[in-house]
Amino acid sequence: MSELALVEAVRLALARAMSDDETVLLLGEDVGIDGGVFRATDGLLARFGEARVIDTPLSESLFVGLAVGLGAQGFRPVIEYQFMGFMYPAIDQVLNHAGRLRNRTRGRLSCPMVIRAPYGGGIHAPEHHSESMEALFAHIPGLRVVIPSSPAKAYGLLLAAIRDPDPVVFLEPKRVYRATKEDVADDGAALPLDQCFTLRDGRDVTLVSWGAMLQETLAAAETLAAEGKEAEVIDVATLKPLDMETILASVERTGRCVIVQEAPLSGGVGAEIAAGLADRGLVSLLAPVGRVAGYDTVMPLPRLEAHYMPTEQRILRKLRETLAYT
Amino acid sequence: MSQVASFSIDHTGFLDAQGKVQGELPAFARDAETLTRLYKAMVLTRTFDAKAVSLQRTGRLGTFASSLGQEAVAVGVGEALRPEDVLLPSFREQGGQFLRGVTMTELLLYWGGDERGSDYAGPREDFPICVPVGTQAPQAAGVALALKLRGEARVAACVFGDGATSRGDVYEAMNFAALQALPLVFVVNNNQWAISVPRARQTAAETLAQKAVAAGMPGLQVDGNDVIAVRHVVGEAVERARRGGGPALIEALTYRLSDHTTADDASRYRDDAEVSARWKEDPVARLRTYLSEAGHWTKEAEEALIADCAARVEAAVEEYLATPALPPSAMFDHLYAELPAALEAQRDEVTANNDAEGDEP
Repeated sequence: MSELALVEAVRLALARAMSDDETVLLLGEDVGIDGGVFRATDGLLARFGEARVIDTPLSESLFVGLAVGLGAQGFRPVIEYQFMGFMYPAIDQVLNHAGRLRNRTRGRLSCPMVIRAPYGGGIHAPEHHSESMEALFAHIPGLRVVIPSSPAKAYGLLLAAIRDPDPVVFLEPKRVYRATKEDVADDGAALPLDQCFTLRDGRDVTLVSWGAMLQETLAAAETLAAEGKEAEVIDVATLKPLDMETILASVERTGRCVIVQEAPLSGGVGAEIAAGLADRGLVSLLAPVGRVAGYDTVMPLPRLEAHYMPTEQRILRKLRETLAYT
Repeated sequence: MSQVASFSIDHTGFLDAQGKVQGELPAFARDAETLTRLYKAMVLTRTFDAKAVSLQRTGRLGTFASSLGQEAVAVGVGEALRPEDVLLPSFREQGGQFLRGVTMTELLLYWGGDERGSDYAGPREDFPICVPVGTQAPQAAGVALALKLRGEARVAACVFGDGATSRGDVYEAMNFAALQALPLVFVVNNNQWAISVPRARQTAAETLAQKAVAAGMPGLQVDGNDVIAVRHVVGEAVERARRGGGPALIEALTYRLSDHTTADDASRYRDDAEVSARWKEDPVARLRTYLSEAGHWTKEAEEALIADCAARVEAAVEEYLATPALPPSAMFDHLYAELPAALEAQRDEVTANNDAEGDEP
């Protein structure tokens, strides 16, 4: 057991998966000697060699296509995109092929793969480096979309993603890559996919979030507790397929729900959760479902970035409004 | 000023449009049995294509892409590969797919709208037909990387059309394949037309073969209406790749005598006179002429072949038409290795709707 930051837990899981299973390969730009732009693959080239840690040319469309071929041939490729903003050329391969290959061949061919990319704002990065576009991928049939919120979650969920027989888009909250440390045991134990994690119990309101926003969400829950109201905090973790059962069960107890997402409001995963509550949880609801989200704007450059990001204050405002509703 | 790079593109052809041998035939082509096998494969493909078009015209098949006039390309590629190699086709390679053991029934099921048509019983590792143009090229690089990493003496072959060479995916795949010296052969079926866009408006490059030069691999041009030339040049590239010599790009010059697909009407953009002239280069007729003049083929053999192909195609059509659709819930069967719990309700809904409303929605 050692205290690790999230990016170190990613590296630990990659190393663990590679030593457990020789079909696991890493591919991406600068993943070799440079160890990746965030150092998530630091040291892995030296440990596993050039045949398994493959520095690719700057070919973002190529990577997922390569992974489709490798996956169909029995490998388990893990692709690193340097930033989510550079993944979009690959959507063709993800949507038209990775998510479809098993289905379109009636199971004859499949392509297990993990597509890793850091996402999200808050680190004053240059243009195109700060978006949260998880909903684009969560809309695609045949995929899984997973976002860890902590070092331990990153370790366990990444192992699960690599061992999963289907393609997984694994988005890493880069704002919290090094923000907190947590004890992570390198025990090779995967965490379950397709299910939410309840991070905090509470009876008054359900707070639903994922990834980096859980920092602010948990802080808001603490502040609220000091005011005498207890929020149940749910970490969605797997955005697709979505575990509505855990969220519905919580809202059945609390009657109130606030969803927090960094992504733009419209058409986001939060909208899907709200629709699920409207569809199957309406009789439990004592207040309208609240959403705290990024705006439907282009992600601002760093000078205005803080005004875009949902903050603890914005979450608290929506929580108080939701709790006051009668 | 000094020259730092230069290139040239070799063109190979053996049988001219009149079926006359130019130069010396490669060794395999001196075997009459091999040549008649290639001929039969092309005739079967042409028979299949004609039948598929007529099935579409009579409402019994979906949109279909004929390979009329281009049979030598896919058949030459299919013949150049070993069974353990991996083919990643586009959507006009039926001639090569049949040689590799894909059945006519399977391809009819595919174009008839049934996923089982891509569950090939024969070549289990071959990729299914690829509709998004050129997107199979990066996948071919992935397959070839897998073969190389395992140290296997196997090769991947990827076929796409002239239009695909304008796509970034194709260049990215070629670039990576050359960098990694992958066992991968790219074949361009240059049939001169990307739906309505002629080759001259696809690229300013003199040849498509030279697209290989920028990627750092050999680029070769071949008479794509001469199945001997296709088989020979692709075969040499495949064996070179198998020995660790890396990838190559082969441009096969041919002509799309048909519409792009059954959903297309080429008379909107193409002169009949151009098509008629191209019929004189027909790959099937030229090999038949050669085989006949060499004494390897007779009128009786031709009649027997036509009857045999018609019977085989008819049997496949009957099997296709007699195959009932899968139950509606089958759309969930292979979405994931195991259906996620979140999707069970949707699958149950489809089943319930079907039970309530009967088989036909």
